[in-house]
Amino acid sequence: MFLRYNWQLCFVNFGVIKLLKMKNRSSILNIRSFFPALDQTINGKKLIYLDNGATSQKPISVIELVNEMNSGINGNIHRAVHELSAKTTALYEGARDKVMNFVNASCREEIIFTGGTTASINLVAFSFSRDILKPGHSILISGGEHHSNIVPWQMACERSGATLRVLPLDDNGCWRMDLLDKLLDSSVKIVSVAHISNILGVINPIEEVIKKAHSLNIPVLIDGAQGIVHSKVDVQKLGCDFYAFSGHKMYGPTGIGVLYGKYNLLEKISPFMGGGDMIESVNFAKTTYAPPPLKFEAGTPNFIGAAALGAAVDFISEIDVEQASINEKEITQYMLKELKAIESITLYGNSPNKIPLFSFTVKGAHPTDLALLMDNMGVALRSGQMCSEPVMDRFCVESMLRASFAVYNTIEEAQQFIESLKKAIKMLA
Amino acid sequence: MTIKEVEHQIIEEFALFTDWMDKYEYLIELGKSVPIISESAKLDSNLIKGCQSRVWLDAEFKDGRIFFKADSDAVITKGIISLLIRLLSGRTAQEILDANLDFIKEIGLQENLSPTRANGLLSMIKQIKIYAMAFSATKK
Repeated sequence: MFLRYNWQLCFVNFGVIKLLKMKNRSSILNIRSFFPALDQTINGKKLIYLDNGATSQKPISVIELVNEMNSGINGNIHRAVHELSAKTTALYEGARDKVMNFVNASCREEIIFTGGTTASINLVAFSFSRDILKPGHSILISGGEHHSNIVPWQMACERSGATLRVLPLDDNGCWRMDLLDKLLDSSVKIVSVAHISNILGVINPIEEVIKKAHSLNIPVLIDGAQGIVHSKVDVQKLGCDFYAFSGHKMYGPTGIGVLYGKYNLLEKISPFMGGGDMIESVNFAKTTYAPPPLKFEAGTPNFIGAAALGAAVDFISEIDVEQASINEKEITQYMLKELKAIESITLYGNSPNKIPLFSFTVKGAHPTDLALLMDNMGVALRSGQMCSEPVMDRFCVESMLRASFAVYNTIEEAQQFIESLKKAIKMLA
Repeated sequence: MTIKEVEHQIIEEFALFTDWMDKYEYLIELGKSVPIISESAKLDSNLIKGCQSRVWLDAEFKDGRIFFKADSDAVITKGIISLLIRLLSGRTAQEILDANLDFIKEIGLQENLSPTRANGLLSMIKQIKIYAMAFSATKK
């Protein structure tokens, strides 16, 4: 009873979110109205925010919950009997329930709150290097991973003597599935791959990889930083052993993320950090750990962030998925058509299974210059190596320019983006 | 002309631009007209690597003065570099060490130098100062 989440706790009128369920084109404009950050001018121009792959803007319900908690509902969770602690505990554990339902975990104990995707992957990499990995073992990742799904495993290899194997990308940025059987053998102790690439926007065939890995009893971690935003994730249906994601890319706050893990695995692996709240009993001779998820949540967690992530989950659940998907498809088609029509552009990540995320280079114009000029036109983009040097090397470029769309972006913004891009290319020509 | 005087000159040049586009067009023009550093000098040892763009810096000590050549793969970065070269190349080590480069802020390019932009420009200025320090030490 204590853990039931009660909206009335936080004085915010969440009823307005119901408005999101409007079955017409204006629903995207309606969604936008929940995001105050979108309504601003940058360098004197109306902001066109297309760096959602890096972080998304936050809806008012998330912002207000953070404010309400910082301004009143603030007490450390789990430990005290006072009213404020009871309220924050209810919000924190209530958010765990929301996330459990959101990804369809089989029980709430399978949801661990972390600092973000990076922290989630590091947790598993640390535990595996301590408990499982030995010299002669290997870890399989793909050639399209974000640094946060490469470096933790390299560190795990350094600690354990295991080696890293890489499933290469083809010229379209898709996994070389023909090489999977060769790379997957009994020496592989974990597969860790991205659901959707943060550079290529390709939706990877994770179901097939999970199936193949499981046939050899190899656990699979899915880096879901982009996947959680652009697909309906059902961890039981996927069957993955771990699924890691961040709050800030899915309209929640920064500094909070999730590691979903199958309970039996979470029970087996060692905690990453020691401290308060993660113990069963402590004495100087021996300490025993609390069962999951608390075993992995040492110290005061980011309870305000977790509660606000719960509000973000509520927000996403209210979005008209069908309409959002029509909008995404329209934007993707338009963008692909327009980008391909510009002769000097090379687009990376060509797959029919693609989210509205477009990384490209322009012959004769450096991505940084383009991003700088377009920033002056109010368009926020990402340029550079995008936290994935190996992908840059794969496609023999130093850097790329990326436009990544979210649920609140409109086709008009896509049109303005193309117009600004053409203008910037002309300036640099 | 002293460094301060040249800085003042640059500030006056940029004061003519009322529109950001004119300013960037000028930087692009400067970037394109900078004599490109020879491929042989584009060594990894001369490379200042940033996440955004690459900058090469080569220094030569001649008759008590330091001469810089630089290049970048990003043309706007190169334009800003050319302003720095105009200001600092051919100066004595002491002059370079004393320069505080106020003009960057004055002409509204400071955002290009924030460490978060990681475009190698800030590292380039540091490297110029390090060269000056090294050459002044050698001189002594």
